Amino acid sequence: MKVLAAMSGGVDSAVAAARAVEAGHEVVGVHLALSRMPGTLRTGSRGCCTIEDSMDAQRAANVIGIPYYVWDFSERFKVDVVDEFINEYRAGRTPNPCMRCNEKIKFAALLEKALALGFDAVCTGHYASLLSDSEGNLELHRSAAMAKDQSYVLGVLTAEQLAHSMFPLGATASKDLIRAEADARGLSVANKPDSYDICFIPEGDTQDWIADKLGSATGDIVDREGVKLGEHQGSHGFTVGQRKGLNLGRPATDGKPRFVLEIRPKENVVIVGPHAALAVTALTGSRYTWCGLAPTSPEEWFRVGVQVRAHGEEVTGEARVVGEEFEIRLDEPLMGVAPGQTAVVYLGTRVLAQTTIDRTVSALPVGSQG
Amino acid sequence: MAVYLDYAATSPLRAEVLEVYLEHLSVTGNPSSVHSFGQGARQVLEEARESISRSVDCNRSEVIFTSGGTESNNLAVKGLYWQRQRDQSRPLIVSAYTEHHAVIDPIEWLVAEQGAEVVWVPVNELGEVDLIWLEQFLEANHSRVAMIALMWANNEVGVVTPIPSVTALASRFDVPVHSDAVAAVGHIEVSFASSGLSTMAISGHKLGAPVGVGALIVSRATKLVSVQHGGGQERSMRSGTMNSAAAKALAKALELASQELEARRIRLTDLRDRLVAGVLAISPNVRATSIGADRLPDNAHFTFSGCSGDSLLFLLDAAGFAVSNGSACQAGVAVASHVLIAMGRSQADASGCIRVSLGLSTTDEDIDALLAALPRAYASAKRAGLPNG
Repeated sequence: MKVLAAMSGGVDSAVAAARAVEAGHEVVGVHLALSRMPGTLRTGSRGCCTIEDSMDAQRAANVIGIPYYVWDFSERFKVDVVDEFINEYRAGRTPNPCMRCNEKIKFAALLEKALALGFDAVCTGHYASLLSDSEGNLELHRSAAMAKDQSYVLGVLTAEQLAHSMFPLGATASKDLIRAEADARGLSVANKPDSYDICFIPEGDTQDWIADKLGSATGDIVDREGVKLGEHQGSHGFTVGQRKGLNLGRPATDGKPRFVLEIRPKENVVIVGPHAALAVTALTGSRYTWCGLAPTSPEEWFRVGVQVRAHGEEVTGEARVVGEEFEIRLDEPLMGVAPGQTAVVYLGTRVLAQTTIDRTVSALPVGSQG
Repeated sequence: MAVYLDYAATSPLRAEVLEVYLEHLSVTGNPSSVHSFGQGARQVLEEARESISRSVDCNRSEVIFTSGGTESNNLAVKGLYWQRQRDQSRPLIVSAYTEHHAVIDPIEWLVAEQGAEVVWVPVNELGEVDLIWLEQFLEANHSRVAMIALMWANNEVGVVTPIPSVTALASRFDVPVHSDAVAAVGHIEVSFASSGLSTMAISGHKLGAPVGVGALIVSRATKLVSVQHGGGQERSMRSGTMNSAAAKALAKALELASQELEARRIRLTDLRDRLVAGVLAISPNVRATSIGADRLPDNAHFTFSGCSGDSLLFLLDAAGFAVSNGSACQAGVAVASHVLIAMGRSQADASGCIRVSLGLSTTDEDIDALLAALPRAYASAKRAGLPNG
């Protein structure tokens, strides 16, 4: 196959590209330029947006022995990922930009361009496994390296996209093995630090960055009964589950700390309450996609595993589709689930679907004690 | 074997030049030393200087060796600007936005850090500078003008500036003119003596000499403030131990280029014109840039509408053709060319561009092969769409 290896400049995508070559594919390395004004050197734990990263990717491609190009997706990235991220915050939601990047850039804009230019597949260094069922249908599964598993951020892929994807790292048991392999292959990125932060936010301070984009506007902090407890400088500066930085003068009657439960950006109001009220028993998603083959009767409740953040734990529950919506009932309450987050639904290790959380049901009704 | 059609980026080291270069690389001696070794190295350097002065028609002491085009342009732009502030304040630098970044960026640095002001001469859609505008501007502002910088030939679209007309204008107002002649020397007739220029930048690796050697030709009447300070070499304009072997290689490349100039011009113009005609026949959506302007014989520049230049570049590279889409930034991202933007193109229009630059080893077969490969590449690139479409 003709394979386009997306190379961020990190160790994972470099080893993935090398493995694709070894598997006998004709591989070309491509670095995605996502920033119009790339920094010169990498700072902290940002992942893939500097010239140094581009050079690292190029060097890795040279060592592997494949051609290398940089393709510009900066405008698409700005519109589909960065602006969307800001808009989601403005709407009081907590988005996952890596997921959006996979959905709109890597496995959409890049994949479409690759197919048009004669490639058969896009290969990345994500920790996830592509397997075939007995009838040859492709399924996305969790990586063998559970600590690094990235199947969550790939939950947005459809059957069509899976058919043109390649994840050569999925069967490897740990990142240490990948680093050792990179070292053995003479790849200088073998010991490059992992990236954690959002690549387009300098210094990794999301709240400051968002505040800078959205400006400040004084609003109220209220409890679940609507009693005003304090003021804030912009509801976008808060995330559901946040405890610090509320600066409430009055302690709660029970003396326990209060947490952000809900953000209402239209009214610029932040609602706080006891920890127990963060627990969610059910959630509903407005947009959903199937990752591969859909179940035969999704409108009836079926048992699932659910994960609501990239490195969150999987919990169990039931799911069903009602019209355009995806409903999930959880066996045990889940803490701090915010609208805008993505719920990825699993069947065993298989990714079945994903949906963007729209509404949640609190375990603690208003008026009851926490 | 891939076909190299990017001579304007860098040209292959010529065998005759390599031979001369190797011969002198192993010779010991600092040209500034007094002893016999030093004298030997000095002799090599001065032979090179003399040879270059013949090739570009200047006085031998007007040749200042540098590391290449970027250094030469920096020395000229900053050095002239600073020199012209010595007796009175002259903040204005007059240039065009179609210049190479090695001229634009020093100017913008002077503006940002040193209180300079810049005026960009308008250019038309062919990339020609507006000399009538320039004349009117100089008439009104000449007492505040430090210098003019206009390139002899454009590296991207190949348009040639009528330098003698520029200097004739400038001399009426006693304004010095610098010209970046990196893309012109060895490609078209260049005579420094009759150019009227104060300074002129040349670079070795565009001519078949190694990367890392060039020269700034500085007329005897021109004073420059030095950019780098040290041992006072090269008339105190460019301190640093001189590279005799590289100077000799540059001299050889220039000598060959001058000898071959006319035959080369005729041969490459033929090939280039055939290429342009063939490419234009591919589709009505392909345009050739700057047709009708006075141009370099070996440059062809095209806009392929409805696709992105990096797709075309990738497909042609995969098919075995090395071409360029203009200036590339450090990260390797093809950015919309500032030259085309200055010529009035939109960002989208500037994106699907390809520059083909021919040279010594380009053959009829190379042009045929490229013409055969282009329709398919264009069709695929169009399917892949615009960069941000």
